[in-house]
Amino acid sequence: MLEKPTAQVKTPAGGSGVGISDILRNWSVPIFFLVISIAGIIAARLDINYLVNEVVGRFGRNAFLVISLIIPVMAGLGLNFGIVVGAMAGQTALVIVTHYQVEGLAGFALAAVISVPIAMLLGLLVGKVLNRAKGREMVTSMIMGYFANGIYQLVFLVLLGTLIPMKDPVLMLGSGIGLRNTIDLIGLSYSLDRAMDWLWNGFVFTSVGAARLGPWRFPLCTLFIIGILCVLTTFITRTKLGQEMRAVGQDMHIAQVAGINVDRTRIIAIMMSTVLAAWGQLIFLQNLGTFNTYSSHEQVGMFSVAAILVGGATTRRATIWNAIVGTLLFHTLFVVSPLAGQRLFGVSQVGEYFRSFLAYGVIAVALALHAWQGRSSKQSK
Amino acid sequence: MSDKLRNAYEQLGLPRLIIIVFLLVLFAVAVIMRMDLAILIKDSITRIGMNGILVLAMLPTLACGVGLNFGLPVGVIAGIVGAVTSMNWGLKGFAGFFTAMVIAIPLAVIAGYLYAMLLERVQGQEMMVGTYVGFSVVSGMCMFWLLAPYRNPAMIFALGGKGLRTTITLDRTFGKVLNDFLGFSVFDIYIPTGLLLFMGIFFVLIALFFKSKAGLAMRTVGSNPMYARSSGINVQRMRTMGVILSTVLAAIGILVYSQSYGFVQLYTAPLTAAFPAVASVLIGGASLRKATIGHAIIGTVLFHTLLTIALPVTQTVLQGADISEIARTIMSNGMIIYALTRAERR
Amino acid sequence: MRNGHVLELKGISKGFFGTTVLKGVSLDIRPGEIHALVGENGAGKSTLMNILFGMQVIQDTGGFEGQVVVDGQAVTIDSPRRAMELGIGMVHQEFMLIPGFTVSENIKLNREPTRGNLASRIFGHRLETLDEPLMQADSRMALGKLALSIDEMALVGGMPVGHMQFVEIAREIDKKNVRLLVFDEPTAVLAESEASLLLDAMKRLSSEGIAILFITHRLDEVMEVADNITILRDGEVVSRMPRSEAKLGRIAELMVGRKIERPVLPPRKSEPSDEDMVLRIENFRVDMPGERVRGLDLSVRRGEILGIGGLAGHGKVGIANGVIGLYPSTGRVAKDGSQIPLNDPKQALLSGMAFVSEDRRGVGLLLDESIEMNIILTAMQVQGKFLRPGALQSLRLEDRSAMREHALEVMRDLDIRCTGPTQLVRRLSGGNQQKVCLGRAFTMEPEVLWVSEPTRGIDVGAKQLVLDLLVKFNREHGMTIVMTSSELAELRKICDRIAIVYRGQIAGILPPDAPDVDFGLIMAGKGAALEEVS
Repeated sequence: MLEKPTAQVKTPAGGSGVGISDILRNWSVPIFFLVISIAGIIAARLDINYLVNEVVGRFGRNAFLVISLIIPVMAGLGLNFGIVVGAMAGQTALVIVTHYQVEGLAGFALAAVISVPIAMLLGLLVGKVLNRAKGREMVTSMIMGYFANGIYQLVFLVLLGTLIPMKDPVLMLGSGIGLRNTIDLIGLSYSLDRAMDWLWNGFVFTSVGAARLGPWRFPLCTLFIIGILCVLTTFITRTKLGQEMRAVGQDMHIAQVAGINVDRTRIIAIMMSTVLAAWGQLIFLQNLGTFNTYSSHEQVGMFSVAAILVGGATTRRATIWNAIVGTLLFHTLFVVSPLAGQRLFGVSQVGEYFRSFLAYGVIAVALALHAWQGRSSKQSK
Repeated sequence: MSDKLRNAYEQLGLPRLIIIVFLLVLFAVAVIMRMDLAILIKDSITRIGMNGILVLAMLPTLACGVGLNFGLPVGVIAGIVGAVTSMNWGLKGFAGFFTAMVIAIPLAVIAGYLYAMLLERVQGQEMMVGTYVGFSVVSGMCMFWLLAPYRNPAMIFALGGKGLRTTITLDRTFGKVLNDFLGFSVFDIYIPTGLLLFMGIFFVLIALFFKSKAGLAMRTVGSNPMYARSSGINVQRMRTMGVILSTVLAAIGILVYSQSYGFVQLYTAPLTAAFPAVASVLIGGASLRKATIGHAIIGTVLFHTLLTIALPVTQTVLQGADISEIARTIMSNGMIIYALTRAERR
Repeated sequence: MRNGHVLELKGISKGFFGTTVLKGVSLDIRPGEIHALVGENGAGKSTLMNILFGMQVIQDTGGFEGQVVVDGQAVTIDSPRRAMELGIGMVHQEFMLIPGFTVSENIKLNREPTRGNLASRIFGHRLETLDEPLMQADSRMALGKLALSIDEMALVGGMPVGHMQFVEIAREIDKKNVRLLVFDEPTAVLAESEASLLLDAMKRLSSEGIAILFITHRLDEVMEVADNITILRDGEVVSRMPRSEAKLGRIAELMVGRKIERPVLPPRKSEPSDEDMVLRIENFRVDMPGERVRGLDLSVRRGEILGIGGLAGHGKVGIANGVIGLYPSTGRVAKDGSQIPLNDPKQALLSGMAFVSEDRRGVGLLLDESIEMNIILTAMQVQGKFLRPGALQSLRLEDRSAMREHALEVMRDLDIRCTGPTQLVRRLSGGNQQKVCLGRAFTMEPEVLWVSEPTRGIDVGAKQLVLDLLVKFNREHGMTIVMTSSELAELRKICDRIAIVYRGQIAGILPPDAPDVDFGLIMAGKGAALEEVS
């Protein structure tokens, strides 16, 4: 029960199919991946307890990022590969907090606060660019991610210590210019994941270190926060703003005629997504306890997008359930495939390549399927 | 006079102006720092020759309206399969190179055809789908490289290995066959005649193609599909042909690139193959609606000269800090964003 | 409400780039009145509506003269929003509905009732929660006024067209203080039964005191519901009358009537006749959105200029597009007795036909290519002209000098004003662009030339030139021409016969000198009435 604190959340757009055929149609993609996962688990002869621990841990690490994709889909911007930019905002905040050595939950909270204005500003810029590339938002947001990565490197590798005065022998390279390749977040490690463990442990169990349920550990507080996010996202869809976003997402022209400021609504959607992505990256990194300054953010967009697509989302429709189911399935596959590759081919690398093939392939197939359906429905009109 | 200046400026466009100025600054710095200009120029020429055909591969898809071919890795992979197979047979020199081409081209035609069928069904999202099709083909092929039945010991992992190496040297097969063909030096600058000649032939052939009946039909499909239809042109067939042509050029392009580089790079290396080519043709002045041979030439020269000399120059100036990679990322992606956000006239 | 009028338009005049579109138009409407505004395409109805709704395009083109008076007070309407505030609503011809939204979400779009909450107190009103029960209640009420039971929770996508129309109306009457509703050809997309439901709803609304301005082509509907009728022609009010004094035939005559001076056209050696038909079209259906052709039969005499007229939406434009193969079609088209394969432009062109599209910039031209290329490309692709010899047909190279020579010849013959054959077509004026389109078709040396709306969007002088060119093609080269046009006047100037299309079929074929009233009645679907008269 506690793995899914969001059981009550229902999305308004999800026409609740009742019959088995409806379920099959709406959830065909996740069911397909569920079958693959189970086949992989059997092939790899995995220990179920190990698997559950891994997947729950990865779910806590990634779900927030995946959920941050929902709002732009609602506003018709497609899958926001630009959450990479949000991740960079989060990392910038982490660098600042680490530099000033604020630790524990306070450090995490401070990073969350600092990341907001940065992410809002970057989101505003991304939103403005995407408004100039209507109809090509996804490819543009993807390239924006790459572009921002260049700027990010420029700032943290070249400008820091030269134009931006900073001295920190722990964080920075020996030359005094630029950050080191990895930054240790020892003070922030698990700061959120374990923030509420005293509740669980105090009331139920006595063991110290992590919330446990039988043989399984879980990041109690993070799951709680994810639950809150789910409620908030649902709340947004029920507000005036959410209604405007849905209208813009369905038909920009009609929304405009009805007096909705289309460009502004789209920018707000991107800004929200970027801020959420920044927080998502903070959660991700506090769980890992260390981060690669120049690469931790790079694949955030792609993996999150792949996860929500595995959950059955499309570029025009994504629900919280798509995000949750998708994250669970995608990361099950992530854990299973190298081991299955090892068993089946004797080469674990095969599984690793299969993993990235899976991520890319899922996105390619989902995008193609959707563009295909979009066209055929247009033609039949 | 000022009219002429303005005209020249409009012809050139702001992005190209910035890049040319940047290039001139780099050269000036190189002169001031007393760097060896001959080496810089020689490297630039070689880089241009290596990449020319890959950039050229962008033209057919732009011309027929499919857009930037982010799925270039599809063709690149076909080329690499050709190269690896030819090497597996131990063929040397031109025999090896041309055998690689003979294997690669039909593969590229088939792959290009399938890829075109897919793109035809996803009109409007070609670039996004293309990118991820490219990515998945590359990662799918990673498994192939591991498991494929190639047995030539020069190519497989040395240590009890299964699967091909990440980079395979072409030293003993067809490394530099084009570069060294009729090569000569002037003022200490080595001219890779064969490489430039080979590239030149392809540029001329494509230029001629766009003046032929089929080439004009392709351009028409790109600039106004309805006009094309009302002129009795089969729009879908032209788009398919454009994608296949682009894929074949990519396959040939990577062979030329590899022989000059001296290595074939497998596994994840082709993932990003499309981006420099895309950036080059855009820097050359192409837009999503219009691209010419001239754009490809100017773009290749500007972008690859820049990449070649930026690294040594910045390294000399900044004592070690490598900003060339950063500059490349910012510049090429910035250029793509610029192209994607430019308003389309109608 | 000094004089009891909801709306008065006083002496409205408007010009676009020197052409007068409206000349001193006046109109007044009382509460509860249904006022019909009738007129041909291009009579100025849509411009008048754009003025009434303060559309941007009016301000961008220099505003207008005259006065708009609402409730006895002169007002300035500078935006659609302002019109809405004044209580003027519009039922659009194409629906402004979001298919993925429910009926009530559409009715309340951007006017949703909301309730405050914690978040909205901090972040502003945009985060207020939607009051869904209230939305539904309001929607039910608005739909109730139309006496229609539509489930307000149903999605709009997939509803029958008639229901969508009612949702659209419900949205307008749900707006507070709505006093005047404009219906812009509301029945054009409806089936007969749906249309009569709509007319009933209009009557019901008017009985509640809402004034209705009813723009339509369908004269029988005007006769059924309107209290007063204003007839607009060429931007002027030619007549206004209460319904009691109106007669169908009279309205039709006023709508199209004008003095036409048919120029003396050059004679032919032999006049075309029914003995020698070049083209036979049978049971022809074309699926062109908005211009469907539904089972049409038509024969074209060799050597004639055949005009095709009719009101917008009845399918006259679909015929040429279907024959050439640009839109999916079924039926039988035979030229000189041999059947032409449908849905294949290449075969249609090879059979000796050519087409000048009504969509000049969309279909007719390559805007960013040279004049030369625009002129020769179709002939090159279809007939293999202007190519140098070569083994493989598709790889033969262009023959620059032949292209240039021909382009110069066409430019001289058609008097295309430009800087040279390499000028980009985008830079040409509308009239010269149209000449390039004609040159493109002419280069094909067709036996039958289909021309759609050849004078649309070009200035007056150029219009005459284009018509002269068509006559020249016909007389000097013996080209059979089928010309589709919304301007009856120009059809009557140069055509030998004029076929009028009504609801996707030929309603009648008239000589160009037939009386105005006949044209008007056939266009309005009253061909039967015509027979009674005669």
